[in-house]
Amino acid sequence: MFLIGPTLILAYRSLEGSEGGLTFDNYRQLASDAVISSYGMSIKISLTTAILGGLIGFLIAWVVSRGGLPPRFRLITTTFSGVAANFAGVPLATAFVFTLGRVGLITALFKWLGVDLYKSGFSLYSFLGLTLVYLYFQMPLMVLTILPALDGLKREWREAAENLGATPFQYWRHVALPVLMPSILGTMILLFGNAFGAHATAYALTGGLFDLATLLIGRQISGDVLHNPGLGYAVAMGMVLIMAFLIFFVYLPLQRRSEKWLK
Amino acid sequence: MTLYFLIPLGATFYWSLRGKKDVLGFEAYRKLFADTNFLPSFSQSMVNAVATIFLSLLIVVPTAYWVTLRLPKLRPVIEFITLLPFVIPAVVLVFAIILLYSRPPLLLTATYDSSRVVLICMYVALSFPYMFRSVDNGLRAIDVRTLTEAAQSLGANWVTILFRVIFPNLRVALLSGALLTFAIVIGELTIALYMAQHTLGPYMADLTRSKVYEPSAMAIVAFAITWAAMGIIDFVGRGASRHAQMTDSD
Repeated sequence: MFLIGPTLILAYRSLEGSEGGLTFDNYRQLASDAVISSYGMSIKISLTTAILGGLIGFLIAWVVSRGGLPPRFRLITTTFSGVAANFAGVPLATAFVFTLGRVGLITALFKWLGVDLYKSGFSLYSFLGLTLVYLYFQMPLMVLTILPALDGLKREWREAAENLGATPFQYWRHVALPVLMPSILGTMILLFGNAFGAHATAYALTGGLFDLATLLIGRQISGDVLHNPGLGYAVAMGMVLIMAFLIFFVYLPLQRRSEKWLK
Repeated sequence: MTLYFLIPLGATFYWSLRGKKDVLGFEAYRKLFADTNFLPSFSQSMVNAVATIFLSLLIVVPTAYWVTLRLPKLRPVIEFITLLPFVIPAVVLVFAIILLYSRPPLLLTATYDSSRVVLICMYVALSFPYMFRSVDNGLRAIDVRTLTEAAQSLGANWVTILFRVIFPNLRVALLSGALLTFAIVIGELTIALYMAQHTLGPYMADLTRSKVYEPSAMAIVAFAITWAAMGIIDFVGRGASRHAQMTDSD
């Protein structure tokens, strides 16, 4: 009612021309430079933050799950991950503006050290800046979702491997990683979707002007200057199709494979 | 790594204390709370969040219970639905909703209040995955079948079973689902923005563009709210597992 119905209407309206009637015009416009570049930027940022956030998040989760650290450390990490993973949107954007914005603390620190970040090409409102911001919620999300999988690695597997004379490297290479791989890749796809659909953070950071697919949709449908709802709907449908493909043809099969081992 | 996570918070906090020239203090917070738009949008978000949680619980708990007990075949369908918010980004969803409900026969976005109802319904849909996961975990931890049969043999009807047996046994799971939903709804921007609702999210975005020090105070307040929600989940969850361990060793 509130998820599928609207999407069907959206699909229908994206096929409607500006004077009514069914047409593929809106989809033809998807091939324009502006649309391709914002899709490109969205995919680039989502991929980068999914892979980087996934790898670093995995390492953090691994350190936490290995034990040997005080139990308090694990508790702090998981609670903080819960907070940070949900700390997206306006407050997060604000926090980064005060850190790496033009007058941010780190920017000021570098200036004091004699390096002008913004003159040397850095900007918070760029691909690099947005990546840094997105990682703030991507890494914790990875930690939260991959930790159960790491905990699911059975102690017996490691012991069996060690009894057979395996080095830790061989254990990871031939036992742990193959078992974990579907979970890792699956979670990275969730991270990708998370960044791909992210709108609030980028909107708050750039006022809706950055070259991202989600921001483009907002501008085309409700903007004052670029007003072409049909195109907006088509861009939106494009995003839905991309995510539907990833979830149903990549994520779900991976999920099924990872469940096999975690029983 | 720790620095990466702490510096933005520290920097924001530092700025939030600089509301007055050359003096560190809580001036920015005072101004924020004194702003005539702050409290209305904050309370509106609070009401939205509570309504969302209430509706979501009312829908999800019976569904999850039914699926666990009677219709395990429906599980794949439910899991499909829990993935939908990942497939349909919020910004796409909001425009789709406006399309569907902005003209007869389903004219629901005509007034501010009816739009608000639609907004809350969308939040319920978005909260579904989180709520369902929490409740499902909770249901797995208790023996639903035995509890139900025990209640039935004592003559309880379905409503009594749900409200007097299942709900109380799921306290912890329900609370964590509810707080997670709360953390998401309270500062939500995208949907509220395009539905022209005066909630906390759009208010914060506006503040960021128009003021200097107040946004940092606002961000710290938002962070504290999220932290409180997560802290309670953790605290209650640990209490429950300790309780479970105690009953195990009996």
